[in-house]
Amino acid sequence: MIGDMVALIKIADNPRSSIRVGTGAGFSDDRIEPAVELAERGGLDYLVFECLAERTIARETLTRLKDPDRGYTPYLAERFQAVLPACRRNGIRIVTNMGAANPAGAARAARREALALGLGDVPVAVVSGDDVTDLVRANPQLPLMESGEPVESLIPRMASANAYLGADVVRDALATGAPVVITGRVSDPSLFLGCMLHGLGWSYDDWPRLASGTLAGHMMECAAQLTGGCFVDPGRKDADDPVNIGFPYADINTAGELVLGKLEDTGGRLDLMTCKEQVLYEMHDPARYITPDCQLDITGVEFAQEGKCRVRVTGMQARARTPTYKAVVGYHDGYIGEGEVAYAGPNALARAKLAERIVRERLKSRGFSYPEIRVDYIGMSSLHGMGNGRPEPYEVRLRIAARSPDRKAALAVGFEVRTLHVNGPAGGGGGSNALREVLAVKSILIPRGLVTPRISVEGNL
Amino acid sequence: MSVRVYDLAHGRAGDKGNTSNISVVAYNTRAYNILREQLTVERVMQAFEHVAKGPITRYELPKLQAFNFVIENALGGGVTVSLAQDMHGKSLSYLMLAIELPGDES
Repeated sequence: MIGDMVALIKIADNPRSSIRVGTGAGFSDDRIEPAVELAERGGLDYLVFECLAERTIARETLTRLKDPDRGYTPYLAERFQAVLPACRRNGIRIVTNMGAANPAGAARAARREALALGLGDVPVAVVSGDDVTDLVRANPQLPLMESGEPVESLIPRMASANAYLGADVVRDALATGAPVVITGRVSDPSLFLGCMLHGLGWSYDDWPRLASGTLAGHMMECAAQLTGGCFVDPGRKDADDPVNIGFPYADINTAGELVLGKLEDTGGRLDLMTCKEQVLYEMHDPARYITPDCQLDITGVEFAQEGKCRVRVTGMQARARTPTYKAVVGYHDGYIGEGEVAYAGPNALARAKLAERIVRERLKSRGFSYPEIRVDYIGMSSLHGMGNGRPEPYEVRLRIAARSPDRKAALAVGFEVRTLHVNGPAGGGGGSNALREVLAVKSILIPRGLVTPRISVEGNL
Repeated sequence: MSVRVYDLAHGRAGDKGNTSNISVVAYNTRAYNILREQLTVERVMQAFEHVAKGPITRYELPKLQAFNFVIENALGGGVTVSLAQDMHGKSLSYLMLAIELPGDES
């Protein structure tokens, strides 16, 4: 397939003076309607769906082990059904990391949806090579970023290991000419920057332009978080029509000039306040935001409102990329068991506290112990802890959660909370319990030369 | 006159592993100056001591009139293993905004 690529580049888009890249999803369970609005009347060239959280690939790797056809993000079919007709009609190319642990399987699923919609044979470029489990096994000395200890101890429990690939592979996948690009793990901003490298013909070493494209990707990767989502505080920070928040797009030209926008008739807002909250989102050192493509510096960034729902961004800078890829290792880390029960009215908190003591003692007398138990009084201390001087609430919901390497011990936590309905303090209601298998993640850095990104095409170009 | 951070600024919390970062964006220059002087790492540590171990780093962004607080060991071991309900710590921005400061001298 790679051999065909040189010839295929000729049929790919010619570089343009300006392109528009939109966000179709900011996480795996995101709303679908805003992507349809952008595809139908957003004037887009590219629509990017970011659908992978840190541990999604670990979970999907387990799914693929049970069914080799699956292991991609769950809403893939619904998303493609919703946007593919408008994207094909309007010549919009789709880029997404919905492939998760099975990009080729995701490509086949997307092609099935296209056929079912009567859109014919839609070729899909597939990016793989992010799976580095074999590399981790062969290099057990690589240190964990969290602790500095070698990754070796996680290898027997490893569920997945994936490197965050960069925008260069997205660019190369677009160069095949396929209307759809599906990847596994690619860094979130790189999905967007890849469209710009391809569509605007930028060099991959042009740091000022990489700064613009990376900043654009960083601002847009969480979709509605730029346009009024995760923002409204009634009476303090309001937005028009918070029900129908629209998703953002970026207008960016060959010089790297960047304007963020959204459709004016959609809900939400896009202005200096939403931009400032999002530019610092999940950022540590603002002078050194590391992606596979560059080290972004946002300390000089300025936003200027250019009209309703349009903000110009200037001042971003970037330094050369680091010599490593970050990879996330997913591993099995035991079980978490939990249970909840609620009390209300006079003396509610005292009854909840007695319930907690009863559960702890019943678990102990059954011979179970736990490395960590957490107790929440929901309505009082579950989100910000038990600070000083918290008022006693009218209602309180007791939640007890504990981890254990032993499934039986974890299961017992919810069981003993559940039995409180009949065997606990007065007026306990609305009990619930749950057990989940923990897939934890840790990070390592892998020298770039060891990782081999691959591109193939499903279907006929 | 004491003042809440909530009356001076808005903000958002994000997560990476076991670290929370919380932006504090001042509504105006006067608010930015009060925050720069009074919303110190020590004051934030005091407000977060029952939920986070720290350390805490404060980055100043004068062009945005904003601060970025990076709070380590804040998320119960990290999003994927935390026993907390709010495993991402999304609600922690409002613990920051609830902090009371001395405010203006006048």
